[in-house]
Amino acid sequence: MARMKFLCDAERCIECNGCVTACKQEHDVPWGVNRRRVVTINDGVPGERSMSVACMHCSDAPCMAVCPVDCFYKTTEGVVLHDKDLCIGCGYCFYACPFGAPQFPQTGAFGVRGKMDKCTFCAGGPEPDGSPEEFAKYGRNRLSEGKLPACAEMCSTKALIAGDADVLSGIYRDRVTIRAARGTLSGPPWGWDAAYGAGDKTAAQQAPAQQPQPAAPAPKS
Amino acid sequence: MSRLALVGVVLAAAFALAACGERPQVVNYKQGKYAGKPDTPAYQNAPYSGDRAAWERALATRAQAQNEYQRIK
Repeated sequence: MARMKFLCDAERCIECNGCVTACKQEHDVPWGVNRRRVVTINDGVPGERSMSVACMHCSDAPCMAVCPVDCFYKTTEGVVLHDKDLCIGCGYCFYACPFGAPQFPQTGAFGVRGKMDKCTFCAGGPEPDGSPEEFAKYGRNRLSEGKLPACAEMCSTKALIAGDADVLSGIYRDRVTIRAARGTLSGPPWGWDAAYGAGDKTAAQQAPAQQPQPAAPAPKS
Repeated sequence: MSRLALVGVVLAAAFALAACGERPQVVNYKQGKYAGKPDTPAYQNAPYSGDRAAWERALATRAQAQNEYQRIK
């Protein structure tokens, strides 16, 4: 096994927020905390693209690097987890994370930050697997049951897939090659056009040409 | 006299700077190492009971359920 990863295909995501709902339901995530959310670019504009984002379980995780109490650890499958008993809620991981994955429950008065909460790849935490303590702190441990994260398994369009990186690469390779073989798209099903739309690229390319040109120097008399 | 004053200044400086160190405040804390509770591998307990190969097979099978080109032919 290589490493556990998420992969979201922006071509397929329809912003249904099914992954967000599945995650909240599966782990009984408290109000105000979203371990997963859907980000949409150019919302409402033809050619908009959506992507489901959570902890990406980085190979070189910046949250692990900045944590002052070293509460993060990585499993042999590459899942980044943390010990809530050790977390002091400083928020450094939130500032370090490029995906905004760390979440902080603000249930107390004056917006006091609680222990950090984030996607666990449905792998629980450092408590006995399947125990009530593990569920209360980290949510359900589906990985120990031989299941994949609920968000990916619930995704209706299979835009979001999760699992071993090698397997995910194979699935995506199948999609790309089969789509290309069918010839249903004007362009190849990968690259800028597939991800962001050809219209945006055309506009971006035309933009420099529309800039005012410097005036020609006046002829010397 | 001046030597006594100098010794006094040195001792005072040593005493004043004594609290300026950054000493570890956690027992057995190792900088940059995970300091929390140990975790068991996902396949350690039931239903896999330590059978890593069976667990990996189950996950691989489950992952292929996300591939509609495998599920629907």
